[in-house]
Parts: sequence; C-alpha cells; structure tokens
Amino acid sequence: MSIADLNTLEIAARVGQGDLSASAVISHFLAATAEHADLNATTFVAVAEAQERAEDLDRARAAGARLGRLAGVPIVVKDAICTRGLPTTSGSKMLSRLVDGKPEGWRPPYDATVIERLLAEGAVILAKANMDEFAMGSSNENSAYGPVKNPRDKTRIPGGSSGGSAAAVAAGMAPAALGSDTGGSIRQPASLCGVVGVKPTFGRVSRYGLVAYASSLDQIGPLTRDVRSSARLLEVLAGFDGKDSTSSAAPVGRYEAACEQPTRGLRVGLPREYFGEGLDPDVRGVLDELIAAWKVAGAEFVPVCLPHTDYGIATYYVLATAEASTNLSRFDGVRFGLRVEARGADLDALYAASRGAGFGPEVKRRILLGTYVLSAGYYDAYYGKAQRVRTLICEDFERVFAQVDVLLTPTSPTAAFRLGERNQDPLSMYMADVYTLPASLAGIPGVSVPCGDVVVDGSKLPVGVQLLAPRLGEEALFRAAAAVESIVSRS
Amino acid sequence: MAITPMDVLHVARLARLELGADEAEGMARELDAILVYVNKLDELDTKDVEPTLQVSADRMPFRPDVVVPSLDKREVLAQAPRADDAGFLVPGFVDET
Repeated sequence: MSIADLNTLEIAARVGQGDLSASAVISHFLAATAEHADLNATTFVAVAEAQERAEDLDRARAAGARLGRLAGVPIVVKDAICTRGLPTTSGSKMLSRLVDGKPEGWRPPYDATVIERLLAEGAVILAKANMDEFAMGSSNENSAYGPVKNPRDKTRIPGGSSGGSAAAVAAGMAPAALGSDTGGSIRQPASLCGVVGVKPTFGRVSRYGLVAYASSLDQIGPLTRDVRSSARLLEVLAGFDGKDSTSSAAPVGRYEAACEQPTRGLRVGLPREYFGEGLDPDVRGVLDELIAAWKVAGAEFVPVCLPHTDYGIATYYVLATAEASTNLSRFDGVRFGLRVEARGADLDALYAASRGAGFGPEVKRRILLGTYVLSAGYYDAYYGKAQRVRTLICEDFERVFAQVDVLLTPTSPTAAFRLGERNQDPLSMYMADVYTLPASLAGIPGVSVPCGDVVVDGSKLPVGVQLLAPRLGEEALFRAAAAVESIVSRS
Repeated sequence: MAITPMDVLHVARLARLELGADEAEGMARELDAILVYVNKLDELDTKDVEPTLQVSADRMPFRPDVVVPSLDKREVLAQAPRADDAGFLVPGFVDET
C-alpha cells in the first residue's frame, strides 16, 4: 500500500511502530501539496518546518520515545487558527503587513490550544489552508488570496469557509485537516468536496487561538477522508481548556469505540423541513437510496418536525454579524497586521483607514449589518428578536431528540456550484447554509459524511449527508456516521 | 423602510470603517435586501419567549486566579506595525496643553 492510500490511523500506527518514517510521510505529502498547487488550497506550506519536525520525530522514536496517537500525521490547518511562528492571516489582507515592500502574514507568538494538542500526540503541521476571509463565506471566493478550486471539478467552488481544508484532504494533499464551523463552514465544504467533516458540540473543543468570528457559534473540528480518523482527531482535540471559558469540562467520549457499535436499534429522525422545496432532486435521490439501504441494515427511521427551520438563516445573519462586528473591532491597525496612516494624527482616522483598506467586501458587509442591528433603536427589533427565535430553534431540537438518537438531513441543498455563480448576490450565497445553520444556533454536534455522487453538466460531484446529535452526543454521531460510511462503501 | 447610503455611512462611522461613496451605495442596496429578508422573523410571536444568549454545554465557572507566564513582550511587539521598546505606537489622542 502506498503512503497516498493510508488514512490518519494507518499512518499513526506505522510511524508509531517504526514501519514507516515520519520523514517519508512528510516528503510524500509535501510533494502532493506542490503537485496540487493550482487548487490554491493553501496560503502557506511549512516545507522546512514540517521536514524538521518529522526528523525530530524519527530521532525521538529511534531513541525509544512513544510518539503519540497521531505519530507522523501531517495536518493542514485552517488559516484562522494560530500557529506559532507560521503565518496566520484568516484569509485577509488585514493580518498582513508590508515588510520591505512585500506583504508578510502575521506570525502569532503562540499556538492555539488545538495545535498544542495535535503536536503533543506527534502530529506535523504541513500547511495553512486558504479560507473565506475571517470565515465569512460559503464558497471560498471571499479569500483575499483568491478562490480555492474544487478538486473534483476546477471550475467549481469547494464550499466554505473551510474550503482549503476540505479541498486539501479531498485532493490527497494531507490525510487530515482542521477547519472551523460557525454556520456550516466545516460540514458544507466537506459535503461539496467529498470528505468527512465534524462540527463538535459548542464548547467541546477549545477556541483559544482561533481568530474569532461569532463567539456564540464558532467551533473547531476535523476533516478527514474516513469517519474513524475524524473520531481519533476529535478525541485529541476535545476537552476542557482553562484558556477558553466556554470549553466544557464534561469527559471526552470514546469516539473511535463508538464507530464500532452496531447500527441495529439506532433511531434516526428525518425532519420534514429539510426535504422540501429548494432541495435538488438528484441530491434527494442519493439520500433516499442511503435511507433505504440503512433501513435494511437495521436503523429505525422516524419522521419528525423542526418547525422553525425556515427562520435559521435570518436568525443567524443577525446574531453572527452582530458578534462579528464586535469581535473584529480588534483589527484596528495598532497591534498586528495592516496599518494605514495616510491622514493626519487622528486615532479614529487611523482605525477607519486601516480597516477600510484591510477588510474585503463581505467582511465590510457583515460588520455594517452587525453594527446596524446592534445600534440604538434597532437592537430589540433585530438582535433581541433573533435571540428569542434562537430559543425556538433550540427547543425544536430538544423536542425531537426525546424521540430519536440522531437526525439525518442533506448537508447542502445542491452539489458544488460554479465559481462566480452566486458571489454577486449575498442572499443567494447565504441560502447555501440553510441545512447547517440551525444546528449551529442550537450548539449541537453535526457531521457530513460522503454518501454518493450526482452528475451535473457532465461533472460527477460528491454529495454529503448531515447527521446531527444532541448536545455532547458525539458518540451517537460517530456510531451513525460509521454506519453510513459502511453502507456507502458496500453500495 | 429602505436603507439609504447615508444610513450606511452613519453605521460605517460607528464601526470605524472607511467607505467610499460608491461603496456605500452598493452596500445600502445589499443591506436593504438582507434586512427585508430578516424581517420574516416578525412572523413569529416571541413575546413570551426568553432570549438565548449562549448555548454552552456547561455553566461557565471562574478559573482559579493563578499567575502564569505571559507572552514575551518583545516577541509580541515585533509583530506590530509600529512599536518601540515600551509599547505599541499610536497617534496622540490626549490633549496635554
């Protein structure tokens, strides 16, 4: 078996046992990353750093050290996650400054908690992944570093905002990646690129060192080719962190073991609102086949209702933009990144000029919308209202999870659309997240698992199924995801 | 209620975000379309519904107040667009006369 075919677990096992050197693994994936440079999936490839780290791991093993649960596993990290000494731009010009006339990405003086956890288990940071600027987008067309292309069809979008992470795994540039999901930003690109992507329960994974977009929604999670690799990664990433007061102290579950639990007896809810108007009939056909096969394998399907689903997009775009408008106030031209001092000595002018020059159009749009809904006279009508509707959306999920173990829905209403097809109309872009937003608002965990293909204009494009579980129900989620994966691999 | 370019420029000033006049016009149109869509929230009666402020799995406890090493000052300042040994540099904003 060649290195290209190995998943995260197989690489970790072989490198850990000394059957394969970390250096050989890294050489292979650095070459694959170079070969797929045209996808624009990365903003920085850590060639020297990754090679050096692999050599250190090989030397440590030779000296008798145990390398950990991710020994020698190369990981592509979304560029919103701080990596000590490696450029971290969040897909924005705002975090670049001119050094000797050339743009130079901000290099954080610390690692995010998730990076510390990966490194402690023997992983290697291979590259930083391209993304929609400040994680705002559903197509990866909002990056200041240019769009990422879908590996299946380079005229199409990979999804967003973790588009670079999903494309890198799908193209074989790395066996695993980290993304972040605020309204679907891990699940939707995973679906459109044909990989597994997990959004954990809100608070399951520390966000310390994640460039904040909407703090009541943001979660970091893994993207991999198979379900068990994501389970391994989440076991490493999850857990309480004193540096993130929203992180949960609940014990981390046994997600890999949950993948081995039998499907028989699993109660799967099918929410009516996710199979209505707007769902592409071919995507629906792929899901119907999966449901039929899973029924034969022993799952019990229950029709359920989530009546406030249709209000998810409106609720999200009020709350997320409000939070973004305050979170992004830290980008002011003073402590890091871009600074524009063209006009006089006024501090406010320095802020406004730096922000005006550094932020792209979608980020400006969301800051303005968020500032508007929080401004005097509109706060109750928009922000207060959306917080109340959020309660109704949470209650919808609580009601159905009294009846079922997991929910099954499409991840995205369509397969990957074309580059340029929707980026002129913000609202039509926002509709791409219709099936992922409600779970984000409720803080529950979700996963997208590849479940088939559709043919669009002669291109064979992947379709993902979304599975959702109650808060901290990641074990049920992995049990269901592994079952889906096994059914799909047999068909 | 339509959003005007003047409204956009007012909000931009609150957000300390410089916008060109042409940018404000496009933004006004787009924000208006988004807010018209958002108004669908008014279809729901929420007068007896409590707002959800956060969805954390746990209550958020205070952490013990323990002194731990912080980031190296020189390393942090080295990333700033303008700094000297003492700190970040900004235009003067206190009138000392």
